[in-house]
Amino acid sequence: MNRWLERLAPIAFGIIALSLWQAAVTLSGVPSYIVPGPIDIWHAYLDSYTILNPALVSTLTVTFAALAVATAVGVALAVAMAASSLFRAAVQPWAVTLQVTPIVAIAPLIILWVPQPFVALVVCAAIIAFFPILSNTAAGLAATPQDLQDLFCLNGASRWQMLFLLRLPSALPNFLTGLRISGTLALVGAVVAEFVAGSGGFASGLAYRIIEASYRLQIPLMFAALIMLGISGIFIYSALGLLERFLLRSRDA
Amino acid sequence: MFSLQAVSKTFPGGTKALDNIAANIAPGEFVVLLGPSGCGKSTLLRLLAGLELPSSGAILWENNQRPAAGEVGFVFQDATLMPWLSAYGNVYLPLRLRGVRQAEATPKIQAVLAQMGLAEFADAKPKALSGGMRMRVSIARALISEPALLLMDEPFAALDEFTRHRLQDDLHALWRRTGKTIIFVTHSIYEAAYLASRILIMSPRPGQIAADISVSIPEGGERRTSAAYTNLVANITHTLHRIMPHE
Ligand SMILES: Nc1ncnc2c1ncn2[C@@H]1O[C@H](COP(=O)(O)OP(=O)(O)O)[C@@H](O)[C@H]1O
Ligand SMILES: [Mg+2]
Repeated sequence: MNRWLERLAPIAFGIIALSLWQAAVTLSGVPSYIVPGPIDIWHAYLDSYTILNPALVSTLTVTFAALAVATAVGVALAVAMAASSLFRAAVQPWAVTLQVTPIVAIAPLIILWVPQPFVALVVCAAIIAFFPILSNTAAGLAATPQDLQDLFCLNGASRWQMLFLLRLPSALPNFLTGLRISGTLALVGAVVAEFVAGSGGFASGLAYRIIEASYRLQIPLMFAALIMLGISGIFIYSALGLLERFLLRSRDA
Repeated sequence: MFSLQAVSKTFPGGTKALDNIAANIAPGEFVVLLGPSGCGKSTLLRLLAGLELPSSGAILWENNQRPAAGEVGFVFQDATLMPWLSAYGNVYLPLRLRGVRQAEATPKIQAVLAQMGLAEFADAKPKALSGGMRMRVSIARALISEPALLLMDEPFAALDEFTRHRLQDDLHALWRRTGKTIIFVTHSIYEAAYLASRILIMSPRPGQIAADISVSIPEGGERRTSAAYTNLVANITHTLHRIMPHE
């Protein structure tokens, strides 16, 4: 009973908040080109979903491509750093530098240098997204229990056996945590990259629609696109969370 | 089996863990290393396993041959199982690392699991097993490659008293049956007295061998309540008081 209440609470809260919002907009008479109510936004979506839905698909394509690239690069770097302390010493400061540099500042350069707009967007988003995967996987690899490593040594394990049979599997929980954080960052990255690219980019994603709508003062349309991004973010975060729980539970139990 | 020749170990930080350890260990002995925490017992086991090298001195092996990979079984204080592998998978590991096919290994694994009373739990993951059963899996893993030398580092310290007694009984029976050489670390006087055929008492840091006690408790009967056992406990206690005066 209590658990169902807790499940329903966020939905009920959302409905109440939307109603209050609609009531405030209707009663105060604010024009919808300044603050649209939920009903206006819904109508804007119905009017333009033939544009908005493909735009969402475009943004999500960039997001997932970037997440795939970030995963490959993050895991590869983490493994290399775990294998060689010299490589770690050489690369770690640069990875951190890349992480702390506001990507908005590099994005115009990348978009200038990379001729294919899709690739440029993916590169920007991947740079924003890869760090949590790298740092979590590296931490997981480093935290492999010493006793188990000793056990492998005692039985004459090769480096590869140590990596594939012990270190990577024991880093899996950390990797999945990193993946969940990186998933939402990849969406942020895709949006940032689209903003920076503007009409020079792919010119079809949701962020581009937001810019376009703001130029034309189509505020309800802007809100509709914004809400679609928010829902996508929540969806990615919870889907990766479910994946994490499912994988670990079915593996260890 | 091997002989320790003035073995010392100083760690890079400057900690002197072992000082001038000398002992001859014959095949088939059940040697218990008894001493307070931090006296270098684990370090000595790791030297024997070849996981560390002595700073000075040497370990001379019978026939001049240090045991090859897999010829030494090691049991750690925690079961240190891989949570993603079943009991079967964990016990298979040492053979798997040496490239033994699963089809070839399975009868062996089943036999060792049965020997440790785990026949029905082959498919269970560590999470589903009790602490005592996990330790049994860990011992099965050490036995799977039929090592002549078994090194055990406080394997039962984290178990409750009932489980510990059961495992001590089983280990003692295993040693009687197989005649393996076992080096067993503990800081429990009772455990040492119950298990050992020989007790090496170590003094606090830097670890030295302070006493070398040969044990002869007749087999059979209630070992833990026998007079020989009670006398041995008293004997060890006196020795410990002698080498470790109260501050
Ligand atoms: N790898 C290491 N580096 C530095 N000091 C160590 C290391 N391993 C153990 N020591 C130190 O050596 C001493 C003996 O440790 P250990 O052999 O684990 O004792 P015990 O197992 O008897 O409790 C301790 O003081 C410990 O801090
Ligand atoms: Mg120890």
